[in-house]
Amino acid sequence: MYVAVKGGEQAIARSLELLAEARRGNTAVPELELAQIREQLRLGVARVMQEGSLYDEDLAALAIRQAAGDMLEAIFLLRAYRTTLPRFGYTQPLNTSAMRVRRRVSGTFKDIPGGQVLGPTYDYTQRLLEFDAAPTTCVTPFDAPLPPNMPRVLDLLDAEALIERIEPGDDPEPIDLTREPLMFPADRATRLQNLSRGDEGFLLSMAYSTQRGYAESHPFAGEIRMGDVDVVICPEELGFPVEIGSITLTECQMINQFHGGNGVPPQFTRGYGLAMGEGERKAMSMALVDRTLRCDELAETNYAPAQNQEFVLSHSDSVEASGFVQHLKLPHYVDFQAELSLLRTLVSTLHPVQQGEDGRGRFEPVSPEKEEQREVLKS
Amino acid sequence: MTYNFAFLDEDTKRMLRRALLKAVAIPGYQVPFGSREMPLPYGWGTGGIQVTAALLGPDDVLKVIDQGADDTTNAVNIRRFFARVAGVATTEHTVDATLIQTRHRIPETSLREDQILVFQVPEPEPLRTLEPREAETRTLHALADYGLMHVKLYEDIAQYGHIATSYDYPVLVDGRYLTSPSPIPKFDNPKLDRSPALMLFGAGREKRLYAIPPYTHVESLAFEDHPFEIQRWDHRCELCGSSESYLDEVVVDDRGARLFVCSDTDFCSGRRAQVQA
Repeated sequence: MYVAVKGGEQAIARSLELLAEARRGNTAVPELELAQIREQLRLGVARVMQEGSLYDEDLAALAIRQAAGDMLEAIFLLRAYRTTLPRFGYTQPLNTSAMRVRRRVSGTFKDIPGGQVLGPTYDYTQRLLEFDAAPTTCVTPFDAPLPPNMPRVLDLLDAEALIERIEPGDDPEPIDLTREPLMFPADRATRLQNLSRGDEGFLLSMAYSTQRGYAESHPFAGEIRMGDVDVVICPEELGFPVEIGSITLTECQMINQFHGGNGVPPQFTRGYGLAMGEGERKAMSMALVDRTLRCDELAETNYAPAQNQEFVLSHSDSVEASGFVQHLKLPHYVDFQAELSLLRTLVSTLHPVQQGEDGRGRFEPVSPEKEEQREVLKS
Repeated sequence: MTYNFAFLDEDTKRMLRRALLKAVAIPGYQVPFGSREMPLPYGWGTGGIQVTAALLGPDDVLKVIDQGADDTTNAVNIRRFFARVAGVATTEHTVDATLIQTRHRIPETSLREDQILVFQVPEPEPLRTLEPREAETRTLHALADYGLMHVKLYEDIAQYGHIATSYDYPVLVDGRYLTSPSPIPKFDNPKLDRSPALMLFGAGREKRLYAIPPYTHVESLAFEDHPFEIQRWDHRCELCGSSESYLDEVVVDDRGARLFVCSDTDFCSGRRAQVQA
């Protein structure tokens, strides 16, 4: 007699054991320490912090270890933890002009006040696998220290009134997307918030599409800077600002051509990207997509996927996308049965079903005569 | 560290309850809410879990089903989650539960006024496959302009001779809002109409809640000459012999032999226990 499948609970318990064993791997190899992940996989840590929306290198390292290096799973783990944290307050806007810069490049001017600073970058590594262990770690000391404050490149254009000016204070108070639902049309602050949590791969592809003719963005990398920025809060009970620490950020300001429209004169326009840690690819992609999503405001023809804010913002989040794509492995017996029974109804009007000896339906191969009848039925 | 009762903090629960009250006040209307990230993937019941978390009290008895069954892995996992973070009693018996969270089914056993059914909803917008733009569908709901859906159903009939929707079959709630019943088979749609139990729907990823209050009229869309019909089987359940329950088809050998059993495991085992007694 048929016995229905039972024991989901036990199956889950066994699966968790197998997972723990697989995650740990060969126990003869020492387990990764969190400090090793934090120090030696810093770009992975940065990505998990950025898309996990939580700046905590140790927790991100823990998440990466627990997720066996699956970044999207690590991001999910960090998000699920973050959601339980109480809010003590909001920081003042970060002042990236006062960033203690470690890297800073501009694609628009050969030389800039403060200079071009390559800093630690993979750009010129030649991508040869380093088969020898432990490459050299000695760093040549600076000839002269970098200036403590570097003016932002776009401010130079701003002085000439060639680039759109966005005054601080022009922005409405942003909503908190982790507390409020995303509604459309979304304003720029909300869009940027969504993009900053968005999946790097998704944003990269969206940004790439704008360079290949799906929306015309004509971008220049005005400035990319990476370094440390102070975080300041102003607790209500104190009434004065207090610095609570500093975080590493990567900021990208794109400069885009604009021929004028919607009452705006021809000028350069801005696209903005910001990422926690060293996240240049993310910041640049974000800046391109940000600018492209401003098409309605600037009366540009809205036809490309990257210009469609519902398309971009609704599909950017890796935790949402990964969950929903993978929910297909959950049982769908009931809906599948419903579809099966519908399809049988539809097919039975074309192919009459013969009863098998056991009383169960069997589908019969269609004979030429049957095929003729079917044609008649159809007409 | 310890988590708050039922995982969510009390402020979040209050936010959810306020949204649920609004949903009950406007039957079938999708209320946007500040959906939280849950320790369960989106698409796996994050909306249902938040609704359940907002409603659970220490005296509640929770039942969780997926595809009608209590022992499918995701149902087990959600039940385990609440047993762990809320310590509430759980049950597999529909009649003993005060709160039932479900995915894709409504129990066969009739529900009562003192029970709440919480649905997990993947896509709350019944018009989404016909109109992907959210700004547009909200306008269509505001104007009660459901022509798109009627045309879709009409085209099904013109093309196939039947309405070719077998689950997530659209309903009109209280004569006003076109609503997704979640991907339950249309077999379950009649159970939505004038149900004594409160029915709440949570879509976590899409950040919407909606409700069908007790005894609300719920109509499955149809045409006068093509009335609404539910699935029927030529078979009975091979375990309990029921001829009025929704059946799962099970492939039993590699020659394509099938048998049919109740999808509602509690209903089925209850009937078998009765026969044996």
